[in-house]
Amino acid sequence: MDFEPSPEHEAFRRVIREFALAEVAPYAEEWDRTHTFPLETVAKMGDLGLFGLPFPEEYGGSGADFTTLCIAIEELARVDQSIAITLEAGVGLGANPIYQFGTDEQRQRWLPDLVSGRALAGFGLTEAGAGSDAAATGTKATLDGDSWVINGSKAFITNSGTPITSLVTVTARTGPDEISAIIVPAGADGFTVEPAYRKMGWHASDTHGLVFQDCRVPAENLLGERGKGLRQFLTILDDGRIAMAAIAVGVAQACLDDSATYASERSAFGRPIGSNQAIAFKCADMQVAVEAARLLTYRAAWLKDQNRPFKQAAALAKLYSTEAAVGATREAVQIFGGAGFVDETPVSRHYRDAKVLEIGEGTSEILRLVISRGIGLPI
Amino acid sequence: MRVVVCVKQIPDPASPFELDPDTHFLQRPEDQVLDDTDRYGVEMGLTIAEQTEGSVALVSMGPAGSLQGIRQALAMGADRAVVIDDPNLRGADSLATARVLTAAISREGFDVVIAGTESTDGYSGVVPQQIAELLNVPLLSFAKKVDLEGDRIRIERQTDYGFDLVEAAPPAVITVTSGVVEPRYPTFKGIMAAKSKPIDQVSAGELGVTTAAGQEIVAVRAAPERAAGEVIEDEGDAHLRIVQLLEQAKVI
Ligand SMILES: Cc1cc2nc3c(=O)[nH]c(=O)nc-3n(C[C@H](O)[C@H](O)[C@H](O)COP(=O)(O)OP(=O)(O)OC[C@H]3O[C@@H](n4cnc5c(N)ncnc54)[C@H](O)[C@@H]3O)c2cc1C
Repeated sequence: MDFEPSPEHEAFRRVIREFALAEVAPYAEEWDRTHTFPLETVAKMGDLGLFGLPFPEEYGGSGADFTTLCIAIEELARVDQSIAITLEAGVGLGANPIYQFGTDEQRQRWLPDLVSGRALAGFGLTEAGAGSDAAATGTKATLDGDSWVINGSKAFITNSGTPITSLVTVTARTGPDEISAIIVPAGADGFTVEPAYRKMGWHASDTHGLVFQDCRVPAENLLGERGKGLRQFLTILDDGRIAMAAIAVGVAQACLDDSATYASERSAFGRPIGSNQAIAFKCADMQVAVEAARLLTYRAAWLKDQNRPFKQAAALAKLYSTEAAVGATREAVQIFGGAGFVDETPVSRHYRDAKVLEIGEGTSEILRLVISRGIGLPI
Repeated sequence: MRVVVCVKQIPDPASPFELDPDTHFLQRPEDQVLDDTDRYGVEMGLTIAEQTEGSVALVSMGPAGSLQGIRQALAMGADRAVVIDDPNLRGADSLATARVLTAAISREGFDVVIAGTESTDGYSGVVPQQIAELLNVPLLSFAKKVDLEGDRIRIERQTDYGFDLVEAAPPAVITVTSGVVEPRYPTFKGIMAAKSKPIDQVSAGELGVTTAAGQEIVAVRAAPERAAGEVIEDEGDAHLRIVQLLEQAKVI
């Protein structure tokens, strides 16, 4: 057994940590407060090659493994989940479907801009009436001559309304028992991006509802095989779950670091609060959770990199790590006391941001369902 | 242009450091980092090489360790490195260092040599000047801006009051201040490429230099604790007292 990351993985982790501390950490509080999507920082992440990490060089990517992407996402999440989810969704949900299922022409047309971070893409699966039950998709697309005509709506779509969003891939019914994926370019006729949601966290991440009213796109915008849309999207989510777990690991680590420091520095009753077992043990439990989450996450990434089955491992990693992260943010706020409840400390932002980790890309309940089925239970 | 950049690996400034009790030298861990000030030199070198379709070679003297710091500079984009790691040079003074680096630079061949103004762990701040002298080429020091103007190099030399415009024709040595350029972050591709870039590890002898350390550190003493400052209680006139103190210190 060998759990040693390569020297290159370690060197890359140091670069991203430095980038996160210099280019993200000083601004995260302001972006959160002002609900700013930080375009300039996204461009810098693009220059650093982050949006192209797992894609081949022919599209401008770095040809890195999935583990490398998880390292970048984890390190960014340590300082700001919004920026981490922008990367996670940009790569995992935006560019990945085009790369996995696109034709040569579709890849040539869309990937270079997505991979360089000059553009972002959204992934439109969820609808007001179809979340966990994604097969309940009500959006319809009908072929009219050489166009698809799309009618319906999508809910909670990440990166769908930024100034650099170039497309959203959406699932739509193309027949009675048939769901297909279609590429909708930004600005297509009949495609409306609704105003951003008011969210509890992830304030610097871009989330919109989308409306399609007789939205016309060329017939060749079908992504992958007709009728395979849902299955394709679910495959994409398996990758996404590992990357979401990587965000969770970063958050939990940040909470541990901040809590340990604060518990040593903050005094009450004439001694550091960390000299009470009630506080010290919270930190100890947090470290157990961080390490377990990290192992599950990087093992799932490793399985994927080895081209081995990883669906179950991804579900385990996402479920455990996101719940560990939510627990860590709750305990960190508790350790910080009142200071943890006001927005001047990062732990308060982490707390608000973390909750959605248990919801997006498969809720904890749906993951337990996936895992139970993986065990072979009749559920 | 053929650019040679002098770089140094130093112990990570974020971790506590220790001195060897016998020699008083800084104890250097296996994994050292690229001196922060050298990132500006490397970036400047890469910029010049990109403008002139040239190349960047790194020259470094000191314990090689894992070469982590050198790989950092290679990951930024430098083409190759020469590392002089020689036990006889432990504790070399600045002139000995300059002699060794000069030999390596001459062997590489150069149009421009770039260095930071001073290292973060040694702070002598005279090695680049000595190199220029030994190479017998002009020194363009304390550059806060560097421009290539035809076949001349023009720099803005940072001074206390502003800057001097200084220029020279290559070959020349330039020292750069932090802020001369914004160092790039190494990309993943850069990190992977650095794995296979040549790193030539040589001894001083192989460069034809016979030089000894040249100095001995007799003793190291802690700097005196700073005396506690004066606390001014504000009873409405504290600003007057502060102005008075600043005037006494000839700050205003
Ligand atoms: C900030 C944000 C960003 C998002 N980004 C995207 C995006 O980019 N693309 C996209 O397509 N979607 C996105 N989503 C949507 C997200 O994936 C869904 O919210 C999620 O899948 C849950 O769906 P739902 O909200 O409809 O909840 P529901 O499916 O209505 O679930 C409600 C509750 O019931 C539980 N539940 C449902 N079914 C079962 C069951 N069978 N057994 C037990 N419990 C069950 C759920 O676990 C949950 O607790 C985003 C959401 C948010 C909040």
